[in-house]
Formats: sequence, structure tokens, C-alpha cells
Amino acid sequence: MRHIISILLENEPGALSRVVGLFSQRNFNIETLNVAPTEDPSLSRLTVTTVGDDRVIEQITKHLNKLIDVVKLVDLTEGNHIERELMLVKVKALGAARDEVKRTADIFRAQIVDVTPSVYTVQITGDAGKLDAFIQAMAPIGILEVARTGVSGIARGDKLLTL
Amino acid sequence: MELLSGADMIARFLKDEGVERIYGYPGGAALHIYDALFRQDSVQHILVRHEQAATHAADGYARASGKPGVVLVTSGPGATNAVTGIATAYMDSIPMVVLCGQVASHLIGEDAFQETDIVGVTRPVVKHSFSIRHPSEIPEVLKKAFYLASTGRPGPVVVDIPKDMTAPTERYEYVYPKKVKIRSYNPVTRGHSGQIKKAVDMMLKARRPVFYTGGGIVTGRASEALTDLVQRLGFPITTTLMGIGGYPQGDRQSLGWLGMHGSYEANMAMHHADLIVAIGARFDDRVTNNTSKFCPTAKIVHVDIDPSSISKTVRADVPIVGAAGSVINEMISLVQDREPANPEALGEWWKSIDGWRAERKGRLYEPSKPGEALKPQEVIEAVYRATRGEAFVTTDVGQHQMFAAQYYKFAKPNRFITSGGLGTMGFGFPAAMGVKLSYPQDDVVCFTGEGSFQMMMQELSTCKQFDVGVKIVNLNNQSLGMVRQWQDLNYKSRHAHSYMESLPDFAKLIEAYGFTAIKVTTHEELAPALERAFADTNELVFLDIYVDPFEHVYPMQVPLGSMRDMLLSKTERT
Ligand SMILES: Cc1ncc(C[n+]2csc(CCOP(=O)(O)OP(=O)(O)O)c2C)c(N)n1
Ligand SMILES: [Mg+2]
Repeated sequence: MRHIISILLENEPGALSRVVGLFSQRNFNIETLNVAPTEDPSLSRLTVTTVGDDRVIEQITKHLNKLIDVVKLVDLTEGNHIERELMLVKVKALGAARDEVKRTADIFRAQIVDVTPSVYTVQITGDAGKLDAFIQAMAPIGILEVARTGVSGIARGDKLLTL
Repeated sequence: MELLSGADMIARFLKDEGVERIYGYPGGAALHIYDALFRQDSVQHILVRHEQAATHAADGYARASGKPGVVLVTSGPGATNAVTGIATAYMDSIPMVVLCGQVASHLIGEDAFQETDIVGVTRPVVKHSFSIRHPSEIPEVLKKAFYLASTGRPGPVVVDIPKDMTAPTERYEYVYPKKVKIRSYNPVTRGHSGQIKKAVDMMLKARRPVFYTGGGIVTGRASEALTDLVQRLGFPITTTLMGIGGYPQGDRQSLGWLGMHGSYEANMAMHHADLIVAIGARFDDRVTNNTSKFCPTAKIVHVDIDPSSISKTVRADVPIVGAAGSVINEMISLVQDREPANPEALGEWWKSIDGWRAERKGRLYEPSKPGEALKPQEVIEAVYRATRGEAFVTTDVGQHQMFAAQYYKFAKPNRFITSGGLGTMGFGFPAAMGVKLSYPQDDVVCFTGEGSFQMMMQELSTCKQFDVGVKIVNLNNQSLGMVRQWQDLNYKSRHAHSYMESLPDFAKLIEAYGFTAIKVTTHEELAPALERAFADTNELVFLDIYVDPFEHVYPMQVPLGSMRDMLLSKTERT
């Protein structure tokens, strides 16, 4: 099963490489990885999506917790949560395709954020499934480039991941 | 307020931390630190002849004393030479602090002379690592390094120290930090009481229980408590290779150690058990054999200080995260006035075990007859007698290691010192040096093979400089015996590169350093050689003992089989 694990990480040099290194060292899989500072300058938040059975996920969280730079973590998929990813896509937009791109973008509530005579750059947010569907829809028209942020997430309700 | 340079802070910190001895090798990036060591006399520096030996010596000391071993090396090749020793300590959870010189901060990333990213290189084999970014951080970072190395599940910690951090001209306030806090690191001590109670209930109801204990008993200093618990319950106990001595091996309840070359009765008991109480052991593949066939009828209680060890390879029915000593003491207080519920079943269980013991007794090995080449096993037994079973024993890796573990019987923890997890040839001799330097009154014996010894034999020079009187027992089978055994069993005796051509005349080599060497080629020569070797505890003596090159280590678990699937000799299997 797919899991979304969010981690509060010490904002120390090398901390990220310990997390990433752990995944390759122990043969765990990383589907997406997203990391950025938080409101607390001493902490970064890292979100990783991974796939594995319960045994593997248990090992992943235990080994992550063992890293000295990992302060706290949560497997968001264990409860209700919000999952978001942002994607920028450059699509070929010539002739009739210009309208087609626009229409499809509207259906997905995506925005066209940059335009040239031959290219539309589209921005879309959503869960990973929605972004995948958008790529599929655009593929016949001609995708030129894709940039995805990787999944970020947060628990629903009052639950917090803080110190 | 005291102002010290970074280099002086390091020397001073080591003194304040109570470190008496460090092992190392100098070089450019570490020279400020070496200069600081020169100007003090609280911390003794042992100059090894290869940085790998520094790590193994520190490791040997740590295993014998339970305190962190300390290593100092220079950047680049000095640090990379230490990697094997760091990995060795990591695999066996040994506390160690490795101080590595580094090129000056402004050169980092420029492929400067003798620059390696040692934090990167060692990342998968350390408990944690630090890079010093300002000299004033040194006391606190070093305190954290010692704290991390020696608490929780111990392990090696690397501290990378750019040369400018130790410059003699830059001085900062030094205060010895008595305590440090790391917000993300709070090793558990006590186990969950409900889980412990559940485990004890299962133990009292068990019909065929076995204790299976590991290195966690030794590092957790829990062997007295363990012995108390096991004797109250009257259950059989087997230890891992790392756990040897955690329970006295001469005791009737001890089944010896288990696993690939473990004792017949230990492996049989595990396979037939209905309850396995694992404490400070990690169900590694050299113990379990094929996990899908592992102990089919057993429920498993697993106590470990490291949650990631629990249910990693074998699912635990009752997981308990906690320090061995504390959990065992809590178990003792729960069994205090209670008796096992099934004494008859336990009686039957012991009958089966005694049956396996008797079966095994008949087929240990065939001792040599006068005029014949010695068997490696009988050499170990003779050394055991010569040292009254009281020596510190280190080993290298191979057949001699397994024979040492099988035939030297240990009554105490911290006495059997071997590279279990990584299986590092070259470990034994420098580890013995580290032990002997701190335990000068004791006999320290290194069982080695002619293959392993040649990986670290340059340390004879260190022994000469610091007068280190270890006893080296070279079980010379003129081959990489363990490799050859596998080739005999799995490759139709095609001995690809497992023979040792062009062996040196070890006696001459040893004598070149001014030490005594005795060559033993026959049965008759052994007793007088041992008498001579152990006459003076502080004299380095090398025994070059020619042993039967065709001997195999048995029992040996059959690959992909269960615990009880074993070869018992060249012709028999279970
Ligand atoms: C550094 C290292 N390289 C290779 C091995 C693989 N290996 C395991 S045992 C062994 C043979 C050891 O030979 P020797 O020291 O003579 O011991 P013996 O088995 O003959 O008693 C080898 C090569 C190892 N364990 N460590
Ligand atoms: Mg050999």
C-alpha cells in the first residue's frame, strides 16, 4: 500500500542525505520526496511517499525514528489527511490544440500561467491521482515538460505534527 | 574562564571525559590536535601502524570495558583506512568515537589534498556523525558524540574536524559540558509493564521454553540479572555468538551458542521450543537460517532496546522495547514467588535436551594421535586449560574463530571478543592490543589464522613500541580454511584461491620484531609450547601451530533449512 510519511527534521547540513541514504541502504522505495523549511527555523518538514506492506512500512518508520536528525514523524495515511501536489506542465499549443488545452485545463481547475505562440505552461494542484489523470489527458496533445513538487500533506482536523 | 584553542579543547575534553587512552595515526589535517596531545600527559596516545588497527584496538577495549573506544585519524586516507573498523563496530553495536581530521573549511568541496567526505563515506555505518563548524562548538559536540556512542543501542560516532577549527591562534572559552540534551534522542530504558507481565505469564505457562540472548546482555551489563532470572525459572538458555559469556557456559542450563555453527542441542531446542524469550538479540540470518522455517511451534517474546530490531526478520508475538537489565529485573520481580505451571512438561523438555546433548557428545571431533597433525579444536581446548578459562579471548575470522567460540568456555561477559556482524578478518590482533593495554594483569589471547593475521600483522611494531604482551595463537592450516570448507561443500572442492601459497616463516618474522615465536607441528610439541607461552603474562609470544588443513567446522546449518537442519560431520546430517 502507498503511504505518505511526514517528518520533522533538524535543519542541519547532511540531515536530508541521512534520510535519503536510509531508503537506498535498506532497499526501501521512494516515490516522491518533498522538503522545505517550516515556521520554526530549526526544523524542515520532509514528506515522502512510499509503497510497501505493513512490515516494510513499520521498518521504514522505525528506522527513520532512529535517525538522530529525525525529531518526529507521522504516517499520514493512517488517518484522514489532505494530500496535495503541485505540477507545472508545458504543453504544445498550436492551432486547434490551443483551445483544447484551455478546455482541459478548465475541467481540471488548472491555470495557464505562461503563454507563448506555441506553448502553454499550465499549473495544477491536487492529489497525485488528479495530476496523473491530467498528464494522461494532455498526452495526446503533446506534453513538452513536466515539473512536479512531490506530495505534501497534513492531517485533517485538530491533529498536529509539531514538537 | 579558560580560553583554549580547538586542539587544546579536544585534548582537555578527553581528559575531562575520563578517556585514558586513544588510538591513532597523525597526518596534516590532524597535526594541531597532535601538538595539543604532545603538550599534555593525561591521555595516552597509542600510535598504531594502520588506521584500521586503531579502530579495532579501540573496539577491543570497548568490548572488554563497556566504555567507548576513541580513535584519532587524519583526513583522506587516514579516515578511509578507518572505515572497516567503524563498520565492524557498527554491526556489533560497539561504542566508539572516531575523531577525523579534515581539510580546512575553505577548501572543503574543492578536492583539496587529502580531502574525502568522510561523513558521507561513513554515513551508513555510523550511529551518527558531526562536522565541527566553529571551534567553540567542540566541547558540546564531543560530549554529544560520547553520549550517543555509549547510550541506547551503542555504536560508532564520527566527528569530522576541519583543520582551521583546531588552529592554535584561535582561542575560545572552554567549559566541560557535564550533560547534553538531544531533543530527538531519548533512548528508552524501562519496558512496557503490561507487555512484560504478558511475557512472564507466557513464560510460566510454557512447556518447552528457551532463552535466546545476545550482545545486548553484554553491552547492557545485564548478565547477572539474566543469570538470576534463568536460574529461578530453570529454563535452558542459548546465546548468540555476540552474547557469549552473558550466561556462564559451564552451567547445566547453558546450551552453548546457536546458529550456523552453533551447538546441536541449542539449534534443536530452538526448533522444538514452544516459547522463545529473546533478549538483546536480533534474529540475524546466521542465527535463524531460513526464516520461513524458523521455529515453527514457538511463540516469540522479543526484548530489545532498539525498536527497529523487533519484528525485522521474525515477527514477535510480544514485543518489548526496553533496556535488557531493566526489563529482566522487572521480570524477576514478577516471577518472584511463582512457579512454572507445567513442571512435568519442563521435565520432559529437559529429557529431550539431555538426549540431544548426549547425541552430540559422541561426535565432536577426532583428536589427533601422537605423531599426527594437531586438530584446531584440541589446540583451543589446551589453551583453555592453560589459561584456566580466564583469559580475554579475541579472534579473527574463519574456522579458527568458530572453533574458539565452540571450545573455549566463557563464564563471564566481555571476555569473548569477536567480529560477529561484519566478520572482519584482521580484527583479532589489534583488538587484543586494545584489551591488553587496559588489562595488563590478564592473559589476552588472540586466536587467528595465517590468512587473517597477515591482514594486520604490521601491528607487531606497535606491540614492540608499547610493550604489549598479547599471546597470538595462529591456527595455521595453510589455507583460508572457512572459504575452503565452503568450496568443499558447495563447489566440489574446487579450491579457488583459498590456499595460502608462499606463507612466510612466521617465527622469523616475529623474531625480526624481537619477540618470541614457537612453531608447533606435532601433538607432542603442544604442551611444552603452551607452558612456555603463558609463563609470563606480559610477554608477547606467537604460537605458530600447524593444524590439520582438512578439518571442517561442524555442526553447520544446511542453507535454506530450518534451525535443526545441520551437517554434523563430513558424512552425517540431521
Ligand atoms: C576482510 C575479509 N575478507 C574476506 C573475508 C572472507 N573470509 C571469511 S573466512 C576467510 C578465511 C580466513 O582464513 P584464515 O584467517 O586462515 O582462517 P581459517 O578459516 O583458515 O581458520 C575469508 C577469506 C572476510 N571475512 N574478511
Ligand atoms: Mg587458515
